[in-house]
Amino acid sequence: MSGLTILTLFVLAAFVGVEVVSKVSSTLHTPLMSGANAIHGIILVGAILVTAHATSPVLIALGGLATLLATVNLVGGFVVTDRMLEMFSGGRRRPAEEPVGSDAR
Amino acid sequence: MNVLPAGVADVLYLAAAVCFILALKGLSSPRSARRGNLVGALGAAVAVVTVLLSTDFAGANLAVVLGAVGVGSAVAVPAARRVKMTDMPQLVAIFNGVGGGAAAVVGIIELAEWSGAAPTATATSATAFAILVGATSLLGSLLTFLKLQGTMTSRPVVVPAAGPLMVLALVAGVGVGVAVAVTGNVWLGVVLLVLGLGLGALLVLPVGGADVPIVISLLNAFTGLTVAASGWAMSNTLLLVAGTLVGASGTILTLAMATAMGRSVTGILFGALRGGSTAG
Repeated sequence: MSGLTILTLFVLAAFVGVEVVSKVSSTLHTPLMSGANAIHGIILVGAILVTAHATSPVLIALGGLATLLATVNLVGGFVVTDRMLEMFSGGRRRPAEEPVGSDAR
Repeated sequence: MNVLPAGVADVLYLAAAVCFILALKGLSSPRSARRGNLVGALGAAVAVVTVLLSTDFAGANLAVVLGAVGVGSAVAVPAARRVKMTDMPQLVAIFNGVGGGAAAVVGIIELAEWSGAAPTATATSATAFAILVGATSLLGSLLTFLKLQGTMTSRPVVVPAAGPLMVLALVAGVGVGVAVAVTGNVWLGVVLLVLGLGLGALLVLPVGGADVPIVISLLNAFTGLTVAASGWAMSNTLLLVAGTLVGASGTILTLAMATAMGRSVTGILFGALRGGSTAG
């Protein structure tokens, strides 16, 4: 990929990132942070790619370490976010607590 | 295993990136939040299966990768399932820190594999950024964990001459970072990693307990940018897009959290250095 293509992707993704969370309600700050945290665990793909090509034992060991750490970030991140939201929706399911569709604009 | 053609893999990476956008969108609204998180997990699963099926593995490296993924999952799932509601923020901090650490280690491995013959100067620059900021996120996040856990004091800790030290570490970080970008030397990369750890400590130590969640959010955005830089260095669009999404949304979220608590981000980070206390 050319540098300019990468820069274009970077700028466009930054705008999308700002746009999708711009209307978040303050009750969702922590789950949203946790969900975003899980998403950057996708560095696992990078860790797997560098480990795949490694030939010296030291680099293979470091690659295994990076893969392990990234897996903890990715898998743990999504599981803990789900648990947060499970409790969240449990408390919210009381009837008429929040008008249905208030956030569906 | 290399059974997926590169073109198919790229389309699947694009699908994963779309899942991540939908996940963040879903997480912004109470009714769709849980579904949004599941869409994100689906995207991650697609991406990991794709990389496993579209990459040539040397020697027994596939076994190393599968073993590491297995052990990582075996550690992370019970930790995330059993954690108490009140302890969730520090667990998120740990997960964020190890993600930053993984990105920094990936950067070191890249420098070693290129061994001075990097594809472009842009690639080594992005790698230097990933090593420095990834290490900052790693130690910074571990310290926020210790503060929230009560293992260390939650009061602001100001080491003597913290301000000048911070400036010195930043200047050294940028200087060594430029040296890594120019030479691609792996040992300079290790020095950069250590400087990043120092920066993480200097950044988080002066922050008071009540402000720690905001700093976790900021370090989360840092790790996002680190992953974006890794994607830049490896010419991997999924890492680039996913990392940038988290970097941008994490920055907005940090500002929103600070506003909701009536605090300013610069006040939180540098208040204790200027003599004013940070809440805690």
